[in-house]
Parts: sequence; structure tokens; C-alpha cells
Amino acid sequence: MTANDAAIKTNGHEPSYLEYKGKHTGILGWILSTDHKRIGILYLISLSIFFLVGVAFGFLMRLELISPGRTIMDAQTYNSFFTLHGVIMIFLFVIPGIPAVFGNFFLPILIGAKDVAFPRINLMSWYLYLIGGLLAVVAILLPGGPTDTGWTFYVPYSIRTNTNVMIALFAAFILGFSSILTGLNFVTTVHRLRAPGMTWFKMPLSIWSLYATAWVQVLATPIIGITLLLVAVERWFGVGVFDPALGGDPVLYQHLFWIYSHPAVYIMILPAMGVVSEIIPVFARRTIFGYKFIAFSSIAIALFGSLVWAHHMFTVGMSDTGQFIFSLLTMLVAIPSAIKVFNWVATLYKGSIDLSTPLLFVLAFIFLFTIGGLTGVMQGVLSIDIQIHDTSFIVAHFHYVMFGGTGFGFFAAMHYWFPKMFGRMYNRKLAKTYFWLMFVGFNFLYFPMFIMGWLGMPRRYYDYLPEFHSYHLISTIGSWILVAGVLLMVYNMYHSVRKGKIVTEKNIWGGETLEWQIETPPIHENFYDIPVIETDPYQYKMNDEKFEKEVVS
Amino acid sequence: MSSTEHTAGTHVHRDDVGSRMGMWLFLFTELILFGGMFLLYSVYRFQYADEFHLAAKELNTIMGAFNTAVLLTSSLTMVLAIIAIQRDQKALSILLQLITIFLALFFLVNKYFEWTAKFHYGIYPGGEELLAKSSGEILFFGLYYVMTGLHGIHVIIGMFLIAVMTRQTRTGTINKDSYVRLENAGLYWHLVDIIWIFLFPLFYLIT
Repeated sequence: MTANDAAIKTNGHEPSYLEYKGKHTGILGWILSTDHKRIGILYLISLSIFFLVGVAFGFLMRLELISPGRTIMDAQTYNSFFTLHGVIMIFLFVIPGIPAVFGNFFLPILIGAKDVAFPRINLMSWYLYLIGGLLAVVAILLPGGPTDTGWTFYVPYSIRTNTNVMIALFAAFILGFSSILTGLNFVTTVHRLRAPGMTWFKMPLSIWSLYATAWVQVLATPIIGITLLLVAVERWFGVGVFDPALGGDPVLYQHLFWIYSHPAVYIMILPAMGVVSEIIPVFARRTIFGYKFIAFSSIAIALFGSLVWAHHMFTVGMSDTGQFIFSLLTMLVAIPSAIKVFNWVATLYKGSIDLSTPLLFVLAFIFLFTIGGLTGVMQGVLSIDIQIHDTSFIVAHFHYVMFGGTGFGFFAAMHYWFPKMFGRMYNRKLAKTYFWLMFVGFNFLYFPMFIMGWLGMPRRYYDYLPEFHSYHLISTIGSWILVAGVLLMVYNMYHSVRKGKIVTEKNIWGGETLEWQIETPPIHENFYDIPVIETDPYQYKMNDEKFEKEVVS
Repeated sequence: MSSTEHTAGTHVHRDDVGSRMGMWLFLFTELILFGGMFLLYSVYRFQYADEFHLAAKELNTIMGAFNTAVLLTSSLTMVLAIIAIQRDQKALSILLQLITIFLALFFLVNKYFEWTAKFHYGIYPGGEELLAKSSGEILFFGLYYVMTGLHGIHVIIGMFLIAVMTRQTRTGTINKDSYVRLENAGLYWHLVDIIWIFLFPLFYLIT
């Protein structure tokens, strides 16, 4: 941090966590710090870099598909690109995403704690994340060529291909371990470190969703760990586990893979839902509608979401009973998700809405997530799934949920908490501009995929029939608009961290949760004295008058 | 919000219940890690019941039973080590921890002889003898090596963990007022033990 940051330090306050001098100084003060806020920032930086790498691969894939036949790369490169795009975006961006960055930074603050339960394990999980991420990148560069299995590593292909599958497998394994440690930390923190008076139903809703997420991380991730390990052992020593040549059953691999990887999509989306529940009451200036319903629907999503994995495999030849049960359970997940959406909309109803950037991203989240969610229910229907299985319809669906949902949720969180984290404000006008670029670009990019998927365009294909050309063209143009928006956003964030307008107000948005009652940026230990909680988290009616007075003065 | 008495950075946090809770959560993840393999085992056992039965005859039940006894005894010495430190009998606790490590080593040596004997007969992944057998038997031995192998790795990790605890007991970091680490190491050791208790019947006793 530079000298003009001294201005952030306000009279008589302890230095903020950004200036805090511990045992180590300089860069060591960051990479050896066990302060949950600094670890959150470390995650933010590393995650952003990997995100941009993932964006680059996606952008190039789209560019290749702008016209039929070869455009800029050969088929093998294309296969590696969609694999790398998937591995990086899923394991390095959306899964760690909100919990690792904003969870780390704000979970202890929101429950009135000084840190997480195991600060050193927290730092270790960042190192594991970094090692896993670097391994994934190294796998691109080493001889043998980048992995081309898709992010799903389906056997037997992943056993037979000569590309660098081993390194990618170990990368995913290590990232899984990092995710487990974060989950374990958060569960323990929520149980043990809530401030006096903060009962379960006085917790902010983002804590409920992070808590549910953490459980899924702890309970589901080991399965992918062992599954990937078995593939590695099979490749390495030729032990017969999944390989049909040795009597194994590749469908079992798919089951084990999705036992983790389906709950993983709830690891991705639940924290974003928490962010939405946090932001809406602030910018609608209303108490959240249906607090308990939103809280319990997080738990219900985590619970149901763990029992629906086989809907990724309706075409492998399961028993009819199996298909029926998984189809039914899949549709049940829509209920708690819809409960959330209805409650958010009901909170906005008759609110005093302030259309600031965080809320814009949140509204985009609700819109895009609803499209993604409803098309998800369509895929849960057995007969429809046979038509659209492995088509770009699926690709469109999960990008609406994962990018339109989690991605936009992440951006919402960033624009909401940015002033608190850095004590500076981003360019708000520019923020609105790129929000619209991203929103419009997003829909141009992914909506045509619904249509062409429905018409039969398979996913992961390098080439396509001329009849799909116009859809692909629109989609690629959409990717340019979206990427332009993303780059503007990255510029805005990067620039504002160093040169943005300084913010010293504690409560810039008029929020009611604990992070808005502490210094901006927070001091090393968050609170001077651990607060005692007496009220529910979103008491707008009671406090509105007080807030107005503060704003006027 | 007065900050007069507050000194930044001196905050020391100790929460034994929290530590134990973290350890239990970690043990859950270990159980599920092995759970994935038990799932595979049960599906393949169902698919190839006869061949599993046949393959299990190759394993030495007496050797397996002996190792089970060794590991169970080591769990006992581990518990006694914790009780000893609770009663402030430091030397006894160290002795019991060392016995635990020794028994773990003994288990591994046995395992080594078991594995090498199999290798000697050509029963190893990719070995000709094994590949000549039926699919069910190949899968049985595949799972046998992977599951006992991963268990073996856990035994080694456990040994190191207990060795660190022994050192900390000696230096006094672990003492009669603060022994949650030793307890957590014990919990880990019991997990290693209980996984073996399931592996033993599933591989050795199904003949």
C-alpha cells in the first residue's frame, strides 16, 4: 500500500487491517498473515487472475465457433480449451468464489467474531488453493499437452488419453482439500464464535447460506477426492477400478463423480443467494421478507441437492425406478429455490428502492437465475432430457445459473462490500455502464445456446452444421460485449483500490448488519469490543429514522 | 466503543470444544473418503459375488487377524496415554505413545510381508498372474491394494502425528491442563483403527 493511504487512517483509530503491522512486513505481512481479512484479499487477487485466464479460454472458444470449420485453432486445441475453461472456472473460480473471498472476509465480522476458528488452517487452505491452481496452469505448459477430457474426467477416456491428466487430477484433488478446510473452518466458526446474543435466528442470512455451503463442502468433497485419486491410481499402476477392460464399470465413476459434483453446484450458488439476501433489504430499505423461510430453504437446498446427482446421467441406462426418483427429487429442489426468489421479490415490493450497482447485479441475478433455474426443471423431466442431453441447451442452462447466478452474485458482493474492504469507492457511473454491457452481452452470448441446443447442437463440438451458424455468430458477438464489460470492471476495481475516492464512513449504504458498525476499513481485530446482539439482523423500520438523521447531518 | 484497554494483536484464542469439533468434521471427511471406496466395493461384490469369494481365499486370515489385534491394542495404548496425561503422569504418557507408534510400525511391517508375498506370486496390478484371473478377482485385488494401501498411508500419517505429540508432551506443550491436541491425535488414530476393523472382514473373512 502506498503513502497516500495514510489518509485512510482517521484520527484516534487503530490502524486498519490494511496498515496493521504484525510480525512480518511488506509482502510477507500478507502471505504469512492469518488475518481472515487479508486471506480474503489474497483469495480475491488469485481468484481474479484465474478468472481472467478462464475468461480468455472461453473467449477463444467462442471465437473459434464464429463460423463452421476451422477458424483459429485445431480440434485438439479446442478440446483442451473447453477442458481448461471448465477446470479453471469451476474449481478455481465458482467453487471457492464467494465463500473464500467474501466468506473469509465477512463471516467472522457478520457474527461478531475476531477471526475464524482456525486461522492457520485458513491460511493453509489458501496455499493449497494456490498450489492447485498453479498445477492446473502447469498442466497446460508441460509436454504431453493440456488435458482434453473435459472438466468431468470421464473414464475410460481419462485413463487412456496421453495428455497431462495426472497433473490436472492432482490439481483438482488439492483444490478439493482446500475447499474442505474452508468448509470445516466455517462450520466450526459459526458454531463456536457467534457474538453473545447472536442466536441462530439472529444471524444474517448470508451466514445461513455459508453455513449450509460449508456442510456440503465438508460432506461432498471427499467423494471427488477419492474418485479422482482412483482414476490417478488406475492410470499410474493399472489397478482395475473403473476400466471396463479390467472388469470395472465406468458408470460407477459417473455416479461417484456426480455425487460430489452435483452438490458442488450448490456450493457455488448458495453463497450467492446469501449475498442477494444481504443486499436486497439494504437497497430496498425494508426488513427481509420471510427470514426463516430463506434460512431454512438454504438448508433444504443443501439437503435435496445432495440427492439428485444421477440427473446428469439419465441417458446411461439406469433403471426406470432410479430415473423416476432422481427426476422427482430434482424437481423438488426448485421449491426451496423458488421460495427464495419469491421472498426476495416480496422484500422489494413497496420498498424504497435505490438502484445502485450492487442492487443492479442482484436484480440481474434474480432474472438470470430464474431463467437458469426453470430450464433446469425442464431438464429434470425425463422425456425432455433425452432431447437436450449433452446439447448446448445444457451449456446455456448452467451458464445462466453459474455465471448469471454465482458470477453476478460475486460481482454484486464485490460492489457492495468494496468500500468496506478497501476504504475507497469505485467509479459508480462506470460501474453502471459495464453492468449493462455485461447483462446485455451475457444474454446475447448464452440465450442462442438454448435455441440451438433445443434444435440439436451438441455441446463440446468443434464444428457444426451451417444451419446453426447465425446462432453461433450472435453468441460470439455477445461474448465480445460481455468481455468488454468484464475488462471495464476489472479496470475499475484495480484502479479504485489504489486511487478511488476515500471512504471513512462506517455505513455507506445504510446497512443494518455488523460490518457496517465497524471502522472502514476494519481494524485488525474487527471490533474494539465484541458486540452484544439484541435485535434481528434487518430492522429497517426501527432504525430508518436514525439513519435519515445521520444522512442529513 | 472505548479502546483504552485494548492492545492490538495480543488476542489469544483457545477453544478446546472448537478444536474437537474441527477434528470430528475432519474425521467425517475421512470416513466419506473411504466411504466412496466401500461403495465401489459393495457394488462390485454384488456384481461378482462368487469371484470375490474365490479371490478372498488368497488372503491370509491369520495374518489379518493378528494385525487387527495389533491395531486394536495400539488404540488401547493411545487412550491410556491420554488418561495418563490427564493424571499428570508425563513419563507414562510418553511411554504409552511410543508403544502406540511401535505397534503401528509392527502393523506396517506385517503388511509389507503380506504385500510382498502377493507380489511374489504375481498378484499385483498389471501382473500377469492377476490379469489371467477373472474380472471379479482383478477388481477384488485392485480394491484390496488401493484400500489397504490408502489405509497404510493413514497409519504412516498417524505415526508421524503421534510422534509430534510425543515431542510436545516431552517439551510440556501438552500437559494436564491442555491436552486437546493429544486427544485429537487419538481420535485420528481410532479412525485409522475403525477403518481397518471394516477392511478386515470385507477382505479376509468373506471366504
